[in-house]
Amino acid sequence: MTAEIRTSDGELLSVKLKKVERRRRTTAFLLAAPLLFFIVFAYVIPIFQMLGRSIDNAEMNSFLTETHEVMQTWDGSEMPGEDVTSTFYYELKTAVENKYHGKIATRLNYEKGGFTSLIKKTSRKLKNFDENDNFLDQFIDVHKKWGNIEYWQALKRGTDAYHFRKYLTTFDYEQKFDGSIERIPEKLRINVTLWLRTIFVAVGVTFCCFILAYPISHLLSVLPTRYSNLLMICVLLPFWTSLLVRTSSWMVLLQKQGVLNDTLVSLGFVADESRLELMYNMTGTFIAMTQILLPFMVLPLYSVMKTISPSLMRAATSMGATPFHAFRKIYFPLTYAGISAGSILVFVLAIGYYITPALVGGAKGILISNRIAYHMQQSLDWSLATAMATVLLIAVLVVYWLYNKIVGIDNMRLG
Amino acid sequence: MALPKYTEMRYRVWHYSYLVICTAVFVFLIAPLFVIIPLSFNAEQYIHFSDGMLALQPEAFSLRWYEDMIYGTKNPWGIAARNSVYYAFFSTIGATVLGTVAALGLSSRYMPYKQLIMSVLISPMIIPLIISGSAIFFSLAKLGLAATFPGIVIAHIILGTPFVVITVTATLSGFDDSITRAASSLGSTPTNTFFKITLPLITPGIISGALFAFVTSFDEIVVILFVAGGDRNLTTIPLQMWTGLREQLSPTIMAVATCLIVLSTLILIVTELLRRRSERIRGISAQ
Repeated sequence: MTAEIRTSDGELLSVKLKKVERRRRTTAFLLAAPLLFFIVFAYVIPIFQMLGRSIDNAEMNSFLTETHEVMQTWDGSEMPGEDVTSTFYYELKTAVENKYHGKIATRLNYEKGGFTSLIKKTSRKLKNFDENDNFLDQFIDVHKKWGNIEYWQALKRGTDAYHFRKYLTTFDYEQKFDGSIERIPEKLRINVTLWLRTIFVAVGVTFCCFILAYPISHLLSVLPTRYSNLLMICVLLPFWTSLLVRTSSWMVLLQKQGVLNDTLVSLGFVADESRLELMYNMTGTFIAMTQILLPFMVLPLYSVMKTISPSLMRAATSMGATPFHAFRKIYFPLTYAGISAGSILVFVLAIGYYITPALVGGAKGILISNRIAYHMQQSLDWSLATAMATVLLIAVLVVYWLYNKIVGIDNMRLG
Repeated sequence: MALPKYTEMRYRVWHYSYLVICTAVFVFLIAPLFVIIPLSFNAEQYIHFSDGMLALQPEAFSLRWYEDMIYGTKNPWGIAARNSVYYAFFSTIGATVLGTVAALGLSSRYMPYKQLIMSVLISPMIIPLIISGSAIFFSLAKLGLAATFPGIVIAHIILGTPFVVITVTATLSGFDDSITRAASSLGSTPTNTFFKITLPLITPGIISGALFAFVTSFDEIVVILFVAGGDRNLTTIPLQMWTGLREQLSPTIMAVATCLIVLSTLILIVTELLRRRSERIRGISAQ
């Protein structure tokens, strides 16, 4: 048994050390706390709240609470009884009085087309209803669509507080009123095409960036500093230049009357009337995104290659390896860290790209982000937009998690 | 890179084709930027190299699009430039202060849950902007801050902080703790040590982080599309360019783009100077 060591003020050393450590932990945490709370409250929580919109239908549910409750006892196989129709009549009347029937119409229209006009017409005629007569007949008198059972089924489904149907729409599936899940008609399918195109572009751009970045990163790492610093400008100037400037320069180059086509025509490679379609399609998106994202691949590759000693390759060749063999067995494996860092960076950026596809891609070159923006800003189907955003976010987080596994977040370097 | 005299023919061919490939990639990277500059001096209204320009006739060049950019009555570039600078200035201050302080905590050996906290702090950089944009818009709208000056600054602070955290943490990772221990053993208070020793040493990292935050805000387009809500008085240069590019490619946009290229060249020079300075300081502190 050793004697317990005490500090000069008589405290146990182990206790004192623990105290100091605790104090340091608290200090470190308190330093990070302001930013942490800011990001959590201003960013992380809003993201979860927004994603919640993809399944949330509480507002609609609150508009027609009683109708929804009464409808739970209705099995939907035949026209609803008077209990349902009368409750719906009174709640719709309240809605018209408080002027939120417009919202009901819009939301129900997502469930079944034709609801907008149906609710609007019915709302106008509500005052003519005889409250002692049969409500269903009166509804049908106002608009014959009320005689179609599907509208009542849509009403039942559309007033659920939560639903997951937007996730089906995200992948071009729909839930029929009998509960079966089917693909939507072929000419309406767009989302799966966009997902596949987004993945294709992200993978393709990452691969092209890798192919183009590898030789120049190598050159930059082996050249004497004087020259490599000069050439580095070619990588860093685009890196620091505004995304819109670079996108507009690609628009100038790729247009039908653009610089590239002009040059090809004046050199006689292409006839004036058969100018190449380089913009407003996938080609444009692909070329522009590759150039814009290339620096993100070069910088990590360069920083890794810079640390590889040239004597390793010399040793391999001196022992009889051909330059190609030495490259494959020695140099290339040593650059794995740079390749993975660069690839994941480019992939994550490419999968969420929005501006360049919107400007250069046209209708044929847009990606999933453009579709999310469309539903956010134009069709205003926020539940669908957020459902798609959730899927995109999960995809990105999976890649992010992989990045952390392979390289580690702490090792991320810029410039 | 000269080859030794004894190099075999096939490696010689390979070496020169490698150099050709590298040149092509460098041209691919930089040429698009340089196409814009001459076009902005075009005397005509079309975005292409006129015959006069190719023949280098002086009358084919003019400054009219720069005049249009500055004095054009319909062009809100003045407001846009002022707003862009304001947003970038205030969000850089916010992001740099918050990010630097957080990085000091994160670099401590005693930081609890370091990985998790770091992931949360960096998330605005990783999550696609379209998702960030809509989420920030919804939360600002709830607080009544959507389409307001403070709202946009808050949004840009969120986007800028990851860059500050990363650059400052990277600078601190090469920081020699024995210097600060030496200072405290000589009787310096922690505050004094921080301001006299730590801060001057990590200043290059802070400035380069601040520069990242500034550029992030200055170039930011996706989030502002959501947050500015179409208010013309809140517009920024990128937003204005976006609107312009969606309608028609105009030579005025080329003029603006040229100005932005000049600006990014300046930023590049500053970062290069910073890098050299920090290498010099590291060189001294390492030996």
